[in-house]
Amino acid sequence: MRAIAPVLLVIALLACVPVVTASNLVLNFLVTTLLLALLGQAWNVLGGYGGQYSFGHAAFFGTGAYVSAILQVRFGMNAWLAFGIGIAAGAFVGAVIGALCFRSGLRGSYFALVTLAFAEVLRIIASVAPITGAGVGTLIPLDLRPEAFQFQSRAPFYWIMLAVVAVSLVLVRLLEKSRFGAWLVAVRENEDAASALGIDAFRIKLAAMTISAAIAAAAGGFYAQYFLFVDAGIAYGPRVSVEALLAAIIGGLATVFGPLLGAIAIKTLGELTKLIAGDAPGLDLVVYGAMLIMVVAFAPRGIAGLLTELRDRFGRGVAPVPA
Amino acid sequence: MLSPGILVPAVLNGLLTGAVYALVALGLTLIYGVLHIINFAHGALLTAAMFAAFFAHRLLGLDPYIAALILTPLFFAIGYGLQRCVIGPASHGEDRNYLLVTLGLAVVIENALLYAFRADTRTVTLDYAFDVIQFGPAFLAVPRVMAFAAVIVVAVALWLFMRLSDTGKAIRAVAREKLGAELAGIEVAHIYAVTFGLGTACLAIAACLLIPTYYVNPQAGNAFVLIAFTIVVLGGMGSVVGALIGGLLVGVVESLSGLYLGESLGQIGIFIVFILVLLLRPTGLFGQPVL
Repeated sequence: MRAIAPVLLVIALLACVPVVTASNLVLNFLVTTLLLALLGQAWNVLGGYGGQYSFGHAAFFGTGAYVSAILQVRFGMNAWLAFGIGIAAGAFVGAVIGALCFRSGLRGSYFALVTLAFAEVLRIIASVAPITGAGVGTLIPLDLRPEAFQFQSRAPFYWIMLAVVAVSLVLVRLLEKSRFGAWLVAVRENEDAASALGIDAFRIKLAAMTISAAIAAAAGGFYAQYFLFVDAGIAYGPRVSVEALLAAIIGGLATVFGPLLGAIAIKTLGELTKLIAGDAPGLDLVVYGAMLIMVVAFAPRGIAGLLTELRDRFGRGVAPVPA
Repeated sequence: MLSPGILVPAVLNGLLTGAVYALVALGLTLIYGVLHIINFAHGALLTAAMFAAFFAHRLLGLDPYIAALILTPLFFAIGYGLQRCVIGPASHGEDRNYLLVTLGLAVVIENALLYAFRADTRTVTLDYAFDVIQFGPAFLAVPRVMAFAAVIVVAVALWLFMRLSDTGKAIRAVAREKLGAELAGIEVAHIYAVTFGLGTACLAIAACLLIPTYYVNPQAGNAFVLIAFTIVVLGGMGSVVGALIGGLLVGVVESLSGLYLGESLGQIGIFIVFILVLLLRPTGLFGQPVL
C-alpha cells in the first residue's frame, strides 16, 4: 500500500477537477493530456524500463483504435467489448513484432528502424484496405449512451480515462518493485550479463513489449471512442510514435510519473504555441522536436529527474517526489 | 508481359531511379560507417535540400544543375554545423541519444518546412524536363540520364577523396579505430562533423538531380529515405560499394514490381524487403558484421 500511496494521492486530486469546472475546453485538454500520458506510459514500459527504443508505437495505438472502431461499425459489436478486443489485438501485434525483432537479436537503432517500418506498413495497408474505410477512414456513429461507451458530457470520459491512467500508474509502480521489473532493468543495463546470470532476456523483452503494446492499444481505443473517428494518418501516422516517446522522455524515463508529467508539459506547451502563434500546422511539432533535443542534451532524466534534483537540493519541507 | 520491349525500358528506368537512391543511401552509409549512428534526420535534410533547389530556381532563376554548385558546399556546411554544434554535444556520445537527437532534428526540420510552406506540392518547370533520348527499345528522360551520370561522377570523386586525400584517410582511420585515430592526433569531433557534412552534401546533390523530374512537399524526402535505409541495410551498413549496388538493385526491383504489382503494392514491397533483410540478414548482402 505504501508503494502506491503517492499514485492514489495524485489521482484523487485530479479526479476533483470536473467538480470545480464544467468547461469543455479544460476537460478536453485534460482528456487529451491523459490520453498522451497513457501512450507515454506504454512507451516507458518498453523504452524506459526495458531500454528498447521503439519508433513505431503507432502500430499498437492504431491497431487498438481501428479494431475497436471496425468491430463496432462493421460487426455491430458492443463498444466496451470491442474496446477490450482492440487492446488484445494491439498486444498481439506487439507480441508478434517483438518476437520477430528479439528473436533476430535486433537492438538499438535496428529495433527503432524495424518498429518504424512496421508502423509504416500498417499505415499503408490501412490507407488502401476496404475494411478500414481506406482513405476515408472509419466513422463511429453517434450513440450517446454509456452502454455504447459514449457520454453526454466530457466528465465521465475524463473519469474513466483517469481511472485507466491510474491503473497504468499503479501497474508500473508494481512493475518497478517486482522481480520482473528488476529483470527488465537488468536486461536494459547489460543484456549479455543478465543472460549470463540466467535471465531469459528474450522472454523478458517480449513480455515488456506485449504489455507496452496493450497499454498503447488502450490509448488508441480511447482515442477512437472519444473522437469517434479513425483514419490511417491519425492511427498509424508517425506523429503518434513521436508523441509517445516524447511524453516518456521529456517526463523522465523509467519513472512512474514521468509520462504523466511529460504529457502535461507537452500539451501545455502545445496550447501555449497555439495561443502565441495561432493554429498553424507543424509549429507545435517544431517545439516538441526542439524540446526533445534540449531534454536529451541538458536534462537526460527528464522533468522527474529535475524535480528529484530540486528535492535533494532544497530537501526538507518539500513533499517527496516519487521517482 | 516478359517481352524485351517492356522489360528493358523498365530495367533501364529502374537503374536511373536507383542511381539517385544510391546517392541518398551513400550519405546515410557514410555517416553510419564513421559515426556508427543511423541518421534519422536524413529524410528531412533531403526535403530541405529539395526546397532549397526549388527556391533557387523560383526566386533566383538558377538551373538546378547550377544550383548544385552552390547548394553542395552550403549543405556541407549545414551538416558540419549540425553535427559539431547540435548532434554531437547533445548526444554525450551515447548511441540511444544519437537516435533521439536525430529524430528530434527530423521532426523540427520537417515541421518547420510544413509551417513555412504548407503541405502544398510544388514542381519546377524546365524546358528540357520532357526531352528524351532513345536507347534501344527504351526512351529515357534526359534529366534522369543526367542524374545517373552525375551520381557515377560523385561516387568516383568520393571514392578518390576517401583514398587519396589526408582528410579521407583520417575519416577511414576514425571509422576503423576511433581511439587509435585520436591517439595519432586526428581530431575525432572534426572528422565526425566532416563526415556528417559529406553525407548532407550528397543530399544536396541528390535534391538538385531530383528536382527537374520530381515534386517537393514537406514529406517528399521521407519516401527516399526509407528506401535509402533499405538499401543501406541491404548493402551492409557502412559499405559504400554496397550502397551503390543496393541502390541500383532496389531501383530495378521497384520498377519491376511497379510493373507487375501496381503502385501501392510496390511501395509495400520495399518495406517488406527491408523488414525481411533486417530480420534475416542484418549484416546485409555484402557487408561485414555490424554492431
